[in-house]
Amino acid sequence: MQLMSTIRSAKTAPALLELSADNWRLAVLVGLVVSALAVVTLPASGSFWVVGAMSALVAAAFAVNAYRRRYYGGLLVAPAIAVLFVMNIFPLLWSLGLSFFAYQSNLQSIRFVGLNNYIKVLTDEVAAPGNWSALINTAMFAVCTVSAQMIVGFLLAMLFAKQFPLRKYLLILVLTPMMLSVVASGVFFTYYYDPTFGILSYVINSVAGGQFIVMDSKAGAVAGIVFADAWMWSPFVMLLVLAGLVSVPKYLYEAAAIDRVSAWRRFWSITFPYIRGLLMLALLFRTIEAFKLADLVIVLTKGGNDTMTISYHLIRIANEQNKTSEGAAISYIILFIVIVLTNLYLYVANPKNREA
Amino acid sequence: MTDRVSFWEWIGFRSVGGIAEAGWGRTLVVAVVSFIYFLPVLFIIFTAIKPQGLALSVPPTLSPTSFFGLIPDQFVFTPTLDNFASVFSRVMTAGGQPESTGFDRFFFNSIVIASASVLLALVIGTLAAYGFSRYPLKGNDTYLFVILTTRMLPAIVVIIPVILMFRAVGLSGSYLGIIMLYAAFNLAFTVWMMKSFFDELSTDVEDAARIDGSSEIKVFFKICLPQVVAGLAATFVFGLILTWNEFLFALLLTGPDTRTVPVAMNQAVSSGGRGTDWTLLAAIETLFLVPVFLATFFLQDHLLRGVTFGTVRK
Repeated sequence: MQLMSTIRSAKTAPALLELSADNWRLAVLVGLVVSALAVVTLPASGSFWVVGAMSALVAAAFAVNAYRRRYYGGLLVAPAIAVLFVMNIFPLLWSLGLSFFAYQSNLQSIRFVGLNNYIKVLTDEVAAPGNWSALINTAMFAVCTVSAQMIVGFLLAMLFAKQFPLRKYLLILVLTPMMLSVVASGVFFTYYYDPTFGILSYVINSVAGGQFIVMDSKAGAVAGIVFADAWMWSPFVMLLVLAGLVSVPKYLYEAAAIDRVSAWRRFWSITFPYIRGLLMLALLFRTIEAFKLADLVIVLTKGGNDTMTISYHLIRIANEQNKTSEGAAISYIILFIVIVLTNLYLYVANPKNREA
Repeated sequence: MTDRVSFWEWIGFRSVGGIAEAGWGRTLVVAVVSFIYFLPVLFIIFTAIKPQGLALSVPPTLSPTSFFGLIPDQFVFTPTLDNFASVFSRVMTAGGQPESTGFDRFFFNSIVIASASVLLALVIGTLAAYGFSRYPLKGNDTYLFVILTTRMLPAIVVIIPVILMFRAVGLSGSYLGIIMLYAAFNLAFTVWMMKSFFDELSTDVEDAARIDGSSEIKVFFKICLPQVVAGLAATFVFGLILTWNEFLFALLLTGPDTRTVPVAMNQAVSSGGRGTDWTLLAAIETLFLVPVFLATFFLQDHLLRGVTFGTVRK
């Protein structure tokens, strides 16, 4: 005990103006002063590097300080938190701020408008109907593609759940769609669906006769997009479910076989509890991804036949029409929906809540 | 019964974990399903070796060989490797000389950006995962949840400020900007996957080394890291799959010098008003698929364990 306290007291914090590598207070002071000077005097692209260098200085001082005083946890975690802060959390807060201003990236003016952007995108006579229909379409796409992916992914996982000859080589075939570029696979799906040259039309025309056009109606266009999306991403669900199936201890099945339990019962009382969490995880990830659905729609329909999704709509508003702050408001509405859905899933997935 | 099991063991198939064994009957069923599932990819690969004129033929040509007369002659084409050459150099204007298309540069960009960002995330994320696993902070779980949340956010939410930020500081169109951005998006699952691998290690050996006077740095590099090499591999492949084909950020944030293949592919096949150049697109995609396909194939066993983010314990 005596020894411990002597070791600790040997590492007292340095005084404010003492020049030592672990004097983080001095580093913060110098960093703030130099950054402020740089921001005032230099153009943005120059002051960025000065501020970056100062942040590095402060970070180095913190790191030396943490190492000398054995705060290993903080030292190890800090770089990850820093990168996430600069690239994700800071832009997120910026975006939140922008949503309260009237701002267009091609104009110089900026004006505080409070909640007006939110009110506009939700209720305005000109802007709102497009947003609402895109949102409803997205919800419909999410329900269709996620359920299709869950079913196909689950069935594929059941097929691969046993060890059999050549399993490794067949598994990679099923995983390949996930590795394709959405651009290429999307463009090739337009070929498969093409009324004149496409394979699908060729088969249907030669069987049924007459011209068959897949993407001609809303139902057809939605089905076409859902099919392509589900084909690409079912393997992801399969990977998750398969990992769960592999984790079921074999002796449970052996015990069930001795007791002559029916296959249906065996699935619900042995297999399902092991994969329930992973099914939830897959459902969560795929639903979040479904809200990002844009590139496939751009390639397949360009939003025609009433297949505009909210993500594609947002790209158009923010990037092509330069309505930056309106776009930010829409992104926060999407974010709000995703957070509500995430918590709903987590609530349902939590076994404690399920019992009640 | 015992006869069959010994036969499987004899040819090298053993029950792994909880997986029961099945025979060649299962192989046959799964082979048929997998083949049907793989057909659209196979068609793209076959299109890559088609003569350009046959890309839109009616009836569509399906196969480079007739498989001993199994496929009627009208669906068979003669394979060629010309399309792969024209990915890198082809005649761009009517009657002109073959020019370089710049695709060697775009492939180089894709490889540099994807591998640098995944490696950066791997280094930073592994350190963080080790910290979360071995030296829990106050509010450890909160930090972990916040990190996972950054993966849950629709990327679209942060894209406007990121564009503005990159424009303001001159990172737009540079390698550094896009690499940092991808690294941030890869960090979430890197931390979660690597933490699950560190959590499973026994700490006995580490404690013994500490008692023998090893420094913390030595414990990490000499004892912990060698035990999670499989985890590092799995995380790398998973990150590679997610980053390799990223389109939206690459479209908005890369310049002519840093353009990645998905963006360049989109421009190459839709520019010039001649409609889609199918054989060219197929050739680019086939070449682009090879690296990530090979990486996944060799690391798929680890991948299966890694994707669960530590929710499955052995």
